[in-house]
Amino acid sequence: MANPYNLSILELKQKALEIRRDIITMLVPAKSGHTGGPLSFADVGTTLFFHELTFDPRHPKWEGRDMWFWSFGHVTPVHYSLLAEAGFFPKCDLLKFRQFDGHLQGHPSSLDTPGVEVSSGSLGQGLSIAVGAALGSRLDGHSRRIYALMSDGEQQEGAIWEAAMSAGHYKLDNLCGLIDYNQAQIDGRVEDIMGISPLADKYRAFRWHVIEVDGHNFEEILGALDEARHTKGKPTVILAHTIMGQGVSFMHDKYEWHGKPPTKEQAEKALAELGTTFDEWHNHLATSTEPAYPQKPAGVLA
Amino acid sequence: MPVQMKKTREGFGHALAELGETNPNVVVLVGDLASSTMVHFFAQKFPQRFFQMGVAEQNMSNVAAGLSLTGKIPFFATYGAFAACRDLDMIRVTTCYSNLNVKIGGAHGGISVGPDGATHQALEEFAIMRSLPNMKVVCPCDYWETKKATLAIAEIWGPCYLRMGREDVPVVTDENTPFEFGKALVMREGKDLAIIGCGIMVYEALEAAEVLAREDRVEARVINMHTLKPLDEGIIIQAARDCGSLVTAEEHQIYGGLGAAVAQVTAWYHPVPVEMVAMWDRFGQSGKPEELLVAFGMKSTNIVEKARKALRRRDHRGNGK
Ligand SMILES: Cc1ncc(C[n+]2csc(CCOP(=O)(O)OP(=O)(O)O)c2C)c(N)n1
Repeated sequence: MANPYNLSILELKQKALEIRRDIITMLVPAKSGHTGGPLSFADVGTTLFFHELTFDPRHPKWEGRDMWFWSFGHVTPVHYSLLAEAGFFPKCDLLKFRQFDGHLQGHPSSLDTPGVEVSSGSLGQGLSIAVGAALGSRLDGHSRRIYALMSDGEQQEGAIWEAAMSAGHYKLDNLCGLIDYNQAQIDGRVEDIMGISPLADKYRAFRWHVIEVDGHNFEEILGALDEARHTKGKPTVILAHTIMGQGVSFMHDKYEWHGKPPTKEQAEKALAELGTTFDEWHNHLATSTEPAYPQKPAGVLA
Repeated sequence: MPVQMKKTREGFGHALAELGETNPNVVVLVGDLASSTMVHFFAQKFPQRFFQMGVAEQNMSNVAAGLSLTGKIPFFATYGAFAACRDLDMIRVTTCYSNLNVKIGGAHGGISVGPDGATHQALEEFAIMRSLPNMKVVCPCDYWETKKATLAIAEIWGPCYLRMGREDVPVVTDENTPFEFGKALVMREGKDLAIIGCGIMVYEALEAAEVLAREDRVEARVINMHTLKPLDEGIIIQAARDCGSLVTAEEHQIYGGLGAAVAQVTAWYHPVPVEMVAMWDRFGQSGKPEELLVAFGMKSTNIVEKARKALRRRDHRGNGK
């Protein structure tokens, strides 16, 4: 099993920068949507899609794939940018995000978009689905790994803890949870809204192996994913400490950026910080009408 | 005639802030959506009686139930999609079975939620909530009516679900328009046909009635069925008798909503042709609110079309009056 891109740390940094440009650019024509969470998860997401996960974008349902579940559905800008950059569909589609004539729904829809395993958008459901997929894969003797991508706010949902309990109970070492621990949610800072700390201790008490990393440090993220893969007898959760709005100075650590898109002017400012202009990146996306397939699809490698 | 546009959920927020002043027992809970559901007006004025519950609707629902046992009148708010579905078991067994005094504010109802897409477009709450014994259901048509409905349900014992929308919508009533819980409101007189709508479809119904008057010389009665449960059966039976055919209009799934409720009443007491404008057993999608209402057939033009069909059916069967 192998990731079809397998980028180096240097290349991952460049890819994450492009993902951030995609996020900002696609949110402008959408005129609605989430900015802060997608930016905080961009580095972990890039590491997953360009180093960790096994998949073949030409065949999203390929048997040999890993499975990943976006439990926090609302971060579609980073989700879709990653899918587009990874070749599941052309990048020009990003410019139709949230629009009537596009396939990229405000929250992920498995019947509309290739690479979306299951529809989501109601928080706190993804970990249970991942537990089911992990049990099923283990039953089949399939070596695939299962990833549950979660946010910190949704740790407040009771369903998360029912799922965590069952994953610990069944010792699902083929399951890895990743939490975008950016400390922000809609109405404010997570600890002010409904405290979830000590989160690591909670997961440990639920019989998980816990790894804490700086979610903007690629070496640490890679190390944690590796450790998770080698941890036997229990599921692993990676608490990725991130910063909402990471990469754009005026969004940095501001929960107010949870659920609003940048205006054209704000996007210009943000994209300048990300080393491009709106017109340049918009044009880049608009003219990318073919999916960017990897050189060696995993399906061929496997 | 230029119409004023305002959010229904703002009426909810303003009413709660008012209730805070007048009724010390009113408490408010929210699931990380204080500004979205506009309970932040209450939160700012009465921080002691406001409980931020985080993204944990099931817990919030039963915490509200517990609060009601201490004599409080809890209103809990989140998006309708989560309010009516995520905590349904809690609402059914704890709140409804024991007939507890819990009020539920469901924002972002209908396809007009727009770009957030299907997950956030609540289209099933009428069916779900109407089916629960003891539950009452209100879907006001505009800002003023939402404000009055919120004030009214604070005074009524038992579980109650209030459906609101996301967008600015036409204001079709005013501060002095009467609002009586459980009693529908005739918004336009007519004897040729009756259009029974709720929520933003009341405005669409009024538009449709204008078109029917102008183009078909049909005088349509427009009934604002703001309370879906208990349903004003009398006004439906009267309309069926007077007009001989009905059209219903709602921003809700076709199964189990207003149309189904009206058809049940006519089937019991006075069968006449009933045509329905609703979401036809599908999930929504992303798009602009207006675009979606057109695409999924929930506009005045659709009401006009159904009205003509209802009239043809009525006349075909010999003026069913
Ligand atoms: C079950 C459920 N309840 C409420 C919501 C509305 N909602 C969407 S995002 C969000 C806040 C989530 O915060 P977090 O998950 O930490 O995301 P971030 O702010 O980091 O993007 C809420 C309450 C939802 N989508 N699902």
